[in-house]
Amino acid sequence: MADAALFEFLHMEMVAELWSHHYDPGPGGQKMSLSVLEGMGFRVGQALGERLPQETLAFREELDVLKFLCKDLWVAVFQKQMDSLRANHQGTYVLQDNSFPLLIRMASGLQYLEEAPKFLAFTCGLLRGTLSTLGIKSLVTASVASLPTCKFQVVIQKT
Amino acid sequence: MSRPAHRRPEYRKINKDLFVLTYGALVAQLCKDYEKDEDVNNYLDKMGYGIGTRLVEDFLARSCVRRCHSYSEITDIIAQVAFKTYLGITPSVTCNNPSRTAFSLILDKNPLVEFVEELPAGRSSLCYCNLLCGIIRGALEMVHLAADVTFLQDKLKGDSVTEIGITFLKKLDEKKYRRKK
Repeated sequence: MADAALFEFLHMEMVAELWSHHYDPGPGGQKMSLSVLEGMGFRVGQALGERLPQETLAFREELDVLKFLCKDLWVAVFQKQMDSLRANHQGTYVLQDNSFPLLIRMASGLQYLEEAPKFLAFTCGLLRGTLSTLGIKSLVTASVASLPTCKFQVVIQKT
Repeated sequence: MSRPAHRRPEYRKINKDLFVLTYGALVAQLCKDYEKDEDVNNYLDKMGYGIGTRLVEDFLARSCVRRCHSYSEITDIIAQVAFKTYLGITPSVTCNNPSRTAFSLILDKNPLVEFVEELPAGRSSLCYCNLLCGIIRGALEMVHLAADVTFLQDKLKGDSVTEIGITFLKKLDEKKYRRKK
């Protein structure tokens, strides 16, 4: 889909531009840039959450919401489903995408592993924002062992 | 299910919204980072340029456009094929000079500003959609055409239409194209 290409290119430019602007070589510098990207993703996720079809708002269980993220939201945003979802039934979920579209354009394997977090920050925020609109407070982090496979860890925050 | 999920209408809308919302968040972030409107405009243009240089390959792969023999054909393709493919709109094209090197794209609808009612306070010189100018300029440069691309009118600034001006800078080498025939 053409829209997807436009978003991917925009995302790439955003990472490059915002990273270089906010990067501070001192300790914690990386965190600042990542949190700017994550914050943007959060606001977009919140707004997207408000635009989801009505029937999605009638979830009964937390697990249903996570399944929704893995299927419907991921398909709407990345044209594919999440490849696996694991739950520990204590509020922690691990979502794995074996070929994450925002990492695909980078080389596969171990090259650029260090760069990968920048390309995941926005999406972590997106997940956190969508969950927030669905009434769930969470912490979302991502890890990459080998491109383009990545795992998103969602930890539900109990108020 | 009869249709693959991502083609369902509500999900196509989410995909389009994703780009527009992300763009909005980007402009908001740039406004935080840079005090002067000029600086934000320049960064939007620069980022657009980066996108345009890559988008053109994607575009050519998708759309099998024929070889163009004039600037006016190229501008038509930008308006009728490229804008349609990526933003779902078809701006109208007008020619601004007798030597046919300067054109305008008139955008009646602009999906990028769907969620924007007015420019942020204190940002009256912000060219909210400046990314588009950079994209067009970057894409043209990749096919060896130098052009100046700027907003001539902007609905967000109170004008009646949004108008993007494209001025091609070098004469197209006519001889090159005739030889290929």
